[in-house]
Amino acid sequence: MRTFSYHRVSDVDVALAALRQPETQAIAGGTELVNWLKEGIEAPARLVDITGLPLAGVESTPDGLRIGALARMSDVAAHPVVRDRYPVLAQSLLRAASAQLRNMATIGGNLLQRTRCPYFRADTALPCNKRVPGSGCAARHGDTSAQAIFGWSEHCVATHPSDLAVALAALDATIVVRGEAGERRIPATEFHRLPGDEPERHTELRAGELITAVEVPAESGAEHSHYLKVRERVSYEFAVVSAAAVVQLSGTTITGARLALGGVAHRPWRLGGAEQAVVGLSVSDRPALLAAVAADFGDARPLPGNEYKITLAQRAAVRALQAA
Amino acid sequence: MTTGLTRPDGPAKLTGTAHYAADADTSDALAAALVTTTVPNGRLTALHTADAEAAPGVVRVLTRADLPPLGELSTPPLGFPVPPLLEDTVHHEGEPIAVVLAETWEQARHAATLVRAEYADVTPAVPFGQAEDVVPHGGLVFGETDESKGDVTAGLAAADVSVTATYTTADRHHSPIEPHATLARWDGDQLVLHSSVQSVLFAQAALAALFGVPPENVRVFCPFVGGGFGCKGFVWPHIPLAAAAARVTGRPVKLVLTRAQMFTLAGHQPATRQTVSLGATSDGRLTALRHTSSNASAQLGDYCENTPHGSTWMYASPAIETSTRIQRLHRPGPTPMRSPHEGPGMFALESAMDELAHELGMDPVELRLRNEPEVDPLTGEPFSSRKLVECLREGARRFGWSERNPEIGSMRDGHELIGWGMAAATMDSPRSPSSARLRIDHTGHVVVETGMQEIGTGLPAMVQAVAAETLGCPPEDVAVRHGDSDFPPHTGTFGSMSTMGLGSAVRAAAESALEKLGAEPGDPLAGALAEAGLTELESEGRWSPEGGGMTRGRTGGYSIHTYGSIFVEVRVDPDLGLLRMSRAVGVYAGGRILNPLAARSQMIGGITWGYGQAVLEQSVFEPNLGRFLSKNLAGYIVPVNADIGEIDVSFVDDDDRVASAIGAKGIGELGAVGVSAAIANAVFHATGRRVRDLPIRIHHLLP
Ligand SMILES: Cc1cc2nc3c(=O)[nH]c(=O)nc-3n(C[C@H](O)[C@H](O)[C@H](O)COP(=O)(O)OP(=O)(O)OC[C@H]3O[C@@H](n4cnc5c(N)ncnc54)[C@H](O)[C@@H]3O)c2cc1C
Ligand code: SF4
Repeated sequence: MRTFSYHRVSDVDVALAALRQPETQAIAGGTELVNWLKEGIEAPARLVDITGLPLAGVESTPDGLRIGALARMSDVAAHPVVRDRYPVLAQSLLRAASAQLRNMATIGGNLLQRTRCPYFRADTALPCNKRVPGSGCAARHGDTSAQAIFGWSEHCVATHPSDLAVALAALDATIVVRGEAGERRIPATEFHRLPGDEPERHTELRAGELITAVEVPAESGAEHSHYLKVRERVSYEFAVVSAAAVVQLSGTTITGARLALGGVAHRPWRLGGAEQAVVGLSVSDRPALLAAVAADFGDARPLPGNEYKITLAQRAAVRALQAA
Repeated sequence: MTTGLTRPDGPAKLTGTAHYAADADTSDALAAALVTTTVPNGRLTALHTADAEAAPGVVRVLTRADLPPLGELSTPPLGFPVPPLLEDTVHHEGEPIAVVLAETWEQARHAATLVRAEYADVTPAVPFGQAEDVVPHGGLVFGETDESKGDVTAGLAAADVSVTATYTTADRHHSPIEPHATLARWDGDQLVLHSSVQSVLFAQAALAALFGVPPENVRVFCPFVGGGFGCKGFVWPHIPLAAAAARVTGRPVKLVLTRAQMFTLAGHQPATRQTVSLGATSDGRLTALRHTSSNASAQLGDYCENTPHGSTWMYASPAIETSTRIQRLHRPGPTPMRSPHEGPGMFALESAMDELAHELGMDPVELRLRNEPEVDPLTGEPFSSRKLVECLREGARRFGWSERNPEIGSMRDGHELIGWGMAAATMDSPRSPSSARLRIDHTGHVVVETGMQEIGTGLPAMVQAVAAETLGCPPEDVAVRHGDSDFPPHTGTFGSMSTMGLGSAVRAAAESALEKLGAEPGDPLAGALAEAGLTELESEGRWSPEGGGMTRGRTGGYSIHTYGSIFVEVRVDPDLGLLRMSRAVGVYAGGRILNPLAARSQMIGGITWGYGQAVLEQSVFEPNLGRFLSKNLAGYIVPVNADIGEIDVSFVDDDDRVASAIGAKGIGELGAVGVSAAIANAVFHATGRRVRDLPIRIHHLLP
């Protein structure tokens, strides 16, 4: 591990200035970054501790919810408004990591965590374009069981592991970022990047920018929402596949829906076609819901070894809709 | 001694004052980091160490040429039969090629990444299943490779019903919390070693032989082990390497394996492929049993997972045939892992028994009861004690098995199908010598000393209890000191052998003390000493199986094993392929139970361990890279608390005075046996899907 310097900052502008220095990284809860340092995935010369920035609040306004980037996962999940009005959000947080990690981990850091692709996370650098750009993708013809079925390229087949990101995509949330040039607002559905031929660019965040907040629009329908996480181990485990659903109902008839999948691509995968096709269906009509969801899988391209994810993701989406 | 005893070592562990190997004083020690191969085969042609040598804090980088000459030694006690640093031929990925010695661990680890190696003649690693099955040889073959009695082919031909199926189990890693750690210090010709090992005796003997010094010149300390499960049983290369580095540099050296190195340098349970054929009459009596097996092994050592072992004594069959083979692959060396042999083997046999019961339309418990043998079915010798029938009946009663509707998919709760499954369990009873020294002072305070390590199983409490029971004094009056090779030797804390051997030795020591005092159990010890005119009394006790050395279960004209039954309820969400174990009932016959509290904990741990084998644990061997893919506990997942439902553990009365002087046998590994078969059988009952490959993952269960 390379030696690095460490500074704490308490002002956003000071933080942004510090981040403009070369080979500098922000550190929040450190639950991701420290792993990267230990495994040699990152070797910055300077760390800027941003946990002292005044960005840890959770505010509920008539426009919706504004969650500071430095709010801890556990605090957000326990916030009464989040619990009552945005169940999908609370569930996505509580089903992530462990209680100890959630007490340290921040919302901004969660969105910026990197893939759990086992090749990327190996004890030593294996051929992996995300870790060493241009080194190839060992997973493409290797162990594909946990890899993507949507939106992958020959250069990278990884998925993004954030549960929170999937819930935020279904909530039509916005990621607010700030850099030298001021503030930018990025839809949660577009924040993570599909690999294309630049798999080393994980998100739309630019060098030197900070995430300052996540905004969730006021949205009555979020009361009927659900985050379903399918995983081999009951707790403390990433999703094989997950589904976030936000539903509007009239009686048992679906009048509006938003659906996002996790564990299937390197970004939360919104099922826009299925969202429209389920309108008018009864929420208890499982075969019809399944048909509507399955019809939106035209772009799915399973890899040899992860075909099961198609069946699983479709059923998870239906189960989330029904549970919402 | 029927109530549970709490652990005398508990407070030290809870408050962090229990010292583990890496806690030894290292103020003047060099930190060592290993550099390992990144390819599975071929030859090492060059090693560039200059960058590492120039890195901050680095004192020296050792390669093979720098090591002192080492003596020859076999497996076991070695875990892998190669000199501790590679010279030329690569045997597997993750094999040590250099040691970086620096002032701090961080400096050593960083510099290790700067060593560059060149290789030639590297070829793709042949996967398990595509190499030739060969007969294994040597010290890592436990038991016979081929056994038979009667005519299995004729038995199968004569059967009314027969089943034949192939089962596989996965590569698994022990993954104790505490990694291997060794601190080596030389003082002239005297070596002191603090090392996390399951046998200070093996470590002492191995290092003495390798360095050409008498065993008494090697002192090994290991009072506590932070989990071993078999991966610290044998002497792995880093232990002599730490000692060699200390010798070369003249400074103490501390070497702690990284988590990743724990996946290649301390063994694993190898993948197995097993085929079982069973024939039976229509009333469920076996006419033939054949169990053949092959496991993934390394280039060297021929480690053999003797999976069919239990099949040779489990059921009455006029014809029995077993064989074990290995495939020599470019992989790290396997080693016994809780529970070796019967652990993977009983998955196959007990799954096949369930398949046979289904074909016969017979209750699976009844099928087992009908095939209960009077004597060892292979040898015809008597069992020392065998309470399988009692375990089956009691397990069925506690579980409520009689309520079971045999129809598949007959129980449902919301999204979930519920299945009930069961299996029988057995382990061989290897036994080994042990000894203890007992001292009583004038106040009546007792100290027992033994080379044993406390590995989490509660042995100090057992020693305390046996000494107190024999002397008739309160357990609080007995202190236990352990984990020093200067104490009387204990073979090792592995193979579920410690309680019976050490317990018997402690009893002998206590009896001898009473005899010397002319006292009866219960007599106040201080008074007895005063009467004898003594201020202190010392006695030693030893115990060993017939013959004096280590034995397996079939010895001295007896067939000595442990038994159990395991009944589980699973819930399967067939839509999502999710499998959970909501309830397990285990009933065991493992000799006399000395400490019910610790015994129950062992079995709960064992059942949980078995759940890991059944549902979660699998080290993926990456075919293109020729390595275990995920050498960490995120990629290799083990059960968490939330995975485990209700567990009900009990023991039937068993007291095996053939097995040991105190009637005890081993239970440490028994609890993990049969769980995977019971779960697979329950999955079949719930869903009609017969899963023959472990672990049972989501993709197996998605229709
Ligand atoms: C064992 C384990 C299990 C886990 N399981 C799950 C799971 O099931 N589901 C799930 O969703 N997540 C899971 N996680 C991921 C966890 O949620 C993240 O590690 C955590 O949210 C990261 O937050 P942090 O504050 O610790 O980030 P850090 O580690 O401090 O930072 C991570 C990255 O984000 C950058 N960063 C942090 N904050 C900002 C900001 N405001 N602006 C710009 N850059 C920033 C840092 O520079 C760094 O690059 C798991 C993690 C671990 C270690
Ligand atoms: S899938 Fe992506 S992260 Fe995984 S090895 Fe390929 S490039 Fe690396």
